[in-house]
Amino acid sequence: MSQVATELTPVDRVAKLRADGRRRPRLIIVGLAVTLVAVFLVRVLLGTYTVTFPDFITILQGGSIEGARGARYIVLSDKLPRAVLGTLTGLAFGCAGAIFQLLLRNPLASPDIIGISSGASLGAVLGIVFWGSTGFEISFLAVAFSLALAILIMVLAAGHGGVGNRFILMGIGVAALGNAVVNYLLTRIDINSAQSAMVWMTGSLSVANWERILILLIALCLIFPAVMLFQRQLHALAVGEELAQSLGLNVTITRWLYIVLGVLLAAVATAASGPIAFVAFVSGPIARRLIGGRHSLTASALVGAIIVVFADFIAANFVPSGAMPVGVLTGAFGAPILIWLLVQSQKEGRS
Amino acid sequence: MSPSLAHTAREKPHTQRQRTLAVTAALVVLLALAVVSSIFWGTRDVGVNTVWNYFTHADLPAMTEAVLDQRSVRTLWAGTIGAALALAGAGMQGVTRNPLGDPGILGVNAGAAFAVVVGISLLGINSSTGMAGLAFIGAGITSALVYGLASVGRDGATPVKLALMGAAISAGLGSLTSALILNFSNALDSLRKWQLGSVAGSSMEEFFPGVFLLIAGALIIGLGARSINNFALGDDMATALGENVMLKRFIIFIGITLLSGTATSMCGPIAFLGLMAPHALRALVGPDYRAIIPLSALFGAALLIVADTVGRVIMPPEEIQVGVTMVVIGVPVFIYLVRTKKAVEL
Repeated sequence: MSQVATELTPVDRVAKLRADGRRRPRLIIVGLAVTLVAVFLVRVLLGTYTVTFPDFITILQGGSIEGARGARYIVLSDKLPRAVLGTLTGLAFGCAGAIFQLLLRNPLASPDIIGISSGASLGAVLGIVFWGSTGFEISFLAVAFSLALAILIMVLAAGHGGVGNRFILMGIGVAALGNAVVNYLLTRIDINSAQSAMVWMTGSLSVANWERILILLIALCLIFPAVMLFQRQLHALAVGEELAQSLGLNVTITRWLYIVLGVLLAAVATAASGPIAFVAFVSGPIARRLIGGRHSLTASALVGAIIVVFADFIAANFVPSGAMPVGVLTGAFGAPILIWLLVQSQKEGRS
Repeated sequence: MSPSLAHTAREKPHTQRQRTLAVTAALVVLLALAVVSSIFWGTRDVGVNTVWNYFTHADLPAMTEAVLDQRSVRTLWAGTIGAALALAGAGMQGVTRNPLGDPGILGVNAGAAFAVVVGISLLGINSSTGMAGLAFIGAGITSALVYGLASVGRDGATPVKLALMGAAISAGLGSLTSALILNFSNALDSLRKWQLGSVAGSSMEEFFPGVFLLIAGALIIGLGARSINNFALGDDMATALGENVMLKRFIIFIGITLLSGTATSMCGPIAFLGLMAPHALRALVGPDYRAIIPLSALFGAALLIVADTVGRVIMPPEEIQVGVTMVVIGVPVFIYLVRTKKAVEL
């Protein structure tokens, strides 16, 4: 009898370990969601024109606050739209980055590196240089060019054999071409246009308005469900092609589906705010290290949103010039977190 | 054993060697053609006789002599820088085992750009020598930082950590650079020109201190070829084959830094060449780094000289910087090679 008991103990232990392994990602995701809400509130409530939470509710319901009439305007037409747009683009970039990193099985593969962002930059800079575009025109050109370049990359990567590696290589080839043209154009224009092109290419939330948010929201409402629906297949694919195939998965279709979804996510987010630098790249590895080795699109999207909203809060309130685009700080803020997590996980012996 | 199997087993290394030799010969011819065209063509074309007279030190009009002086110097620069960047790229892909391994991923370009921008905006440095020095210091410090942080922990700087750490530090520095150039428009003005990469206005005096560092780096990468081949089998396997993986990786890393840091300080961050050359050669001669490394150098030199020549003749009297033309010429070649050859896996 006692033998049975000792035999059960390891089984129990394994079961417990497995349960822990399942619980940790969930806990982290809940934690990240709470953090995102907190950061969002910090962005909206604190800083210039600090409002209390009850006041915020009053403002949302259409009332105004005694003694601070400006607060209503600042909250509704500056802080809130920026926070919402930041959240949405952050979610989209974080998710797109994780999709590419998972799909192409390369931690360096993000829309920044494989050509989608440089397509958007090319479109925007061409617009600024040749047609003096502003606002929605730039967004339209950016999305058109990033989709065109993405299609070019896909056509070049298509064919028999491993799509993954070739997609990366074609992506960096096309990205290099786009970047070279952008850099060349930047030297040919006057310094003010170059400066505004730089601001756009760094990514900024100062363009936030409700119209923009609505368009992005509709696009994301169409894309995110599709991403979530086939997530299981994506993870199966990431484990290994042969295994995925033996599980009855159509590897080619799944891969192309996710490439298209990732491209669309990156493209619509870029159109809304410019290619906010490095969010797509750092979110995936940060989320992965928080969770403890597993990929999670949800966690990565949440990390992306937290980074963007928090960086925007810092940019708007703690940087003297005041008009610092958010993309300047996402790298400066995301990179140290990633570096710290990398160092931390190395001390624990996993990488 | 069936006779056909024995036949292929004997045949394979033979054809492989022939292939490598053919590619070598083709690259040498390409390099020679590139050098010749670079000297003959430019905003001012010169005849065969003139070039002959120049090299036999016959009397020439001062103007022509100055043009030819300048052209041969910049051909030398373009060839040297091209070879250096291609070698650095080959070393980087070998050490990180990542097809995205580019000296830029190491943080060298980001560090150099950041140092240059700090120099211009905060320290008021504007001379080309000053910028070169800053770029070198920035590149060196950044890559030391990348390596140092990546090697915390017991298994040292593994390829994944190295690649991620390099990219993360590049990202952080990139942000700081944008922060500075958005606040100092004179820094943006200098940076946007420096960033393209150019060998115009190169001189023999500025060539010399750098070239020794480049030779040292090239020797390290060249002698490390066998170790890089072993790294490709994985760290455990390489250790079993008698490699001191951590030490060798560190030494090769120093070689990469010397090559790419010096090259960047000499003519700005020329992107893509380091990434492209090893992939192109892998598609042509297979995965053996003992062939990839020297041939990458030849390929890089030829490509950068051709790109520089094209940049000079395409819209005279203006010049397009070599960093731009290199990409415009290089990308189609790269796409063609990667698409037509199967062996692109690392």
